[in-house]
Amino acid sequence: MLRSKRFSLLALITALLAALALSGCGGGGASGGADNGGSTGTETGTGTSSGDGPSSGGDATVLTFWTFNAIHQEFYEAAAERWNAANPDRQIKLEATTYPYQDMHNNLLLAVQSGVGAPDMADIEISKFANFLKGTPQLEPLNDIVDPVIDKLIKSRLDIYSKDGTVYGLPTHAGAAVMYYNTELLGQAGVNPDGIKTWADFFEAGQKVKAATGKVMTTVETSDQWTFWPMIVQRGSDFLDQDGNVILDNDINIEVLQFLRSMVDEGIAVATPGGNHHAEEYYGFMAQGNAAAVSMPIWYMGRFLEYMPDLKGKIAIRPLPAWEAGGKRSAGMGGTGTVVTTQAKDKQLAKDFLAYVKLSEEGNIKIWTELGFDPPRWDVWDSPEVKAPNKFSDYFGDGIFDMLLEIRNEIDSPTTSELTPLASDLVKTSVMFRALEEKSATPEQALKEAADELRGR
Amino acid sequence: MKSLLHSRKIAPYVFIAPFLISVALFMAYPIASAIVMSFQEIVPGSETFVGLKNYKALNNSHFFAAVSNSLRYTFWTLVVLIPLPLVLAVWLNAKFMVAKNFFRSALFVPSLTSIVVGGAIFRLVFGELPEAPMNKLLSLFGVEPRNWMGGAATGMLLMVLLATWRWLGVNIVYFLSGLQSIPQELYEAAEIDGAGPLQKFLRITVPMLKPVTVYVLTISIYGGLAMFTESYVFWGVNSPNDIGLTIVGYLYKEGLVFFNLGFGAAIGITLLVGVLVINLIQLTLSGQFRRED
Repeated sequence: MLRSKRFSLLALITALLAALALSGCGGGGASGGADNGGSTGTETGTGTSSGDGPSSGGDATVLTFWTFNAIHQEFYEAAAERWNAANPDRQIKLEATTYPYQDMHNNLLLAVQSGVGAPDMADIEISKFANFLKGTPQLEPLNDIVDPVIDKLIKSRLDIYSKDGTVYGLPTHAGAAVMYYNTELLGQAGVNPDGIKTWADFFEAGQKVKAATGKVMTTVETSDQWTFWPMIVQRGSDFLDQDGNVILDNDINIEVLQFLRSMVDEGIAVATPGGNHHAEEYYGFMAQGNAAAVSMPIWYMGRFLEYMPDLKGKIAIRPLPAWEAGGKRSAGMGGTGTVVTTQAKDKQLAKDFLAYVKLSEEGNIKIWTELGFDPPRWDVWDSPEVKAPNKFSDYFGDGIFDMLLEIRNEIDSPTTSELTPLASDLVKTSVMFRALEEKSATPEQALKEAADELRGR
Repeated sequence: MKSLLHSRKIAPYVFIAPFLISVALFMAYPIASAIVMSFQEIVPGSETFVGLKNYKALNNSHFFAAVSNSLRYTFWTLVVLIPLPLVLAVWLNAKFMVAKNFFRSALFVPSLTSIVVGGAIFRLVFGELPEAPMNKLLSLFGVEPRNWMGGAATGMLLMVLLATWRWLGVNIVYFLSGLQSIPQELYEAAEIDGAGPLQKFLRITVPMLKPVTVYVLTISIYGGLAMFTESYVFWGVNSPNDIGLTIVGYLYKEGLVFFNLGFGAAIGITLLVGVLVINLIQLTLSGQFRRED
């Protein structure tokens, strides 16, 4: 009796210790859930849901796919069903899994690094993509499927997923940066959004809005980069140049940050409540009509529908103001690149399926109708399916794609290289906060210090 | 075969095998490979030895900010999370206390809650807008609304508050169990000698609780220096001016966000050595290594 009691105690202790050791290991990543300040651009990671794609015939090839966004998973599953209907002799069985944002990228990195356990295909968010391009990318080159349609794609969107001329990822959207105006507030100040052509006009309109309503013209992100980055890309600048050299503190960038600072100093703009345009505080602030405009990419439309339903019918989407007459009026921001890993079992099939989903005309139309993103293929932007009314045109009015077609040659994208994650991290944690919110450094000082740190790497 | 099963020599090893295997698999092996990795530069497709480069790279402002934050956080959690639960445990153990079980469970419930959920609520309560609950409450007393998560001091306050909310109950349980083992006779004898409540507390309770206190101190030092979640739930990996950056947060950021696995490993090994040294000093000072005569 005593013996068995002792034994069960021992067994219990062993089990407990094992559990402890295990939970100790998992502690770090387990809390991933929240994506960092919504900087992902397009998406927020949500729990796991394992889907076993469309059920099909017995000899279907299994394709595994990881993503961090449940909506992407649904999108791919629907595409797999269409693929199977169109390709009876090349059936696929898509096994898609959605993981939390941070976890998915960590697991994928480690799987790719160690050479085992990676899926056939995966979504990689832009700010993580550079990590996968380090060394010898363990991803399949996609040039052969891209080349046939390359002149119909917003070219800069491919460059961000490329290294030395080889394309490794396919874009999910064009990510055109635009300005969302609150027409009600502008109306009270007698400002017509169509009259705002340059940033100088924007500044002037801000003064009118402030005088007439006491509200600010716009908000500037201090813990994220979506306000600053498109503005410098518009002028042909960036954090890093084509060869990966640090240009974060060049004159253009200093001037742009100085301009943001002057808007803050004049009371035309305020630091975004919550630090970025994905914060709960900001949604409330904007929804209550406290700011007349916000500069965010097209994929931000969904946030208006979801978090600011009261502004329906009051928001107008326009190109970004240019820096001078005839200057560029947008920039390609954020994004998710879909890749085929070198561990894929049937690489050609994975690539062909990927091309079907993201490069075909049909696939690009679905990117708009199912995901609500501006498709990377501009030749579908004026197709009847894209122009048909949907929940976005209900909210923002018609003509979204007419506006986009007008600026389609002005959508440059930032460069991506090894230092990009660190550069954007410094912009988010130090430069914007110190120059615009804390005001503990001049724009020049803040940029110089960050640039020096980058150069020291 | 039968003799093997009944062997007195083998049996003990069989019993400790699960423990040894799990330690070897989940502790020793990762630590050993982390030491190796800390001398390597790791990129997909290749691993090269780079000598002390990773350790030299620790000489940067982010690492120092992380160390300073972790040390200050540890200090404040020690200041709060040892005396406070001790006093509360004594109250909860006292005869005159009403609704003991209610308070015991109420104080323990937070440690069963997910810290991510708790953190999300804290973040909303301490929002920066004047309408956020804490700013609203303070405005009743004429205090100006503040950006809690935007300043170094208030940021630290938030992390310590969250840790207190979360770990208070656990430490109370430790102290309560320690209190049960103090013989009642000591208090009776003291009463006969005319000791008051304060004297009894200082002369009997506190010294008799020393083993428990040393234990709580040890795990608190380790827990404080290895803190990650309390900061992560407020700022994610990007806190303004690094006000919420901790050593483990920096490890996570360099190792997984920027994918410098070698550098991340070097941070981890440095933390391991640091915690080991601090704990050894503290255990020596509190007499844990003295031979019992």
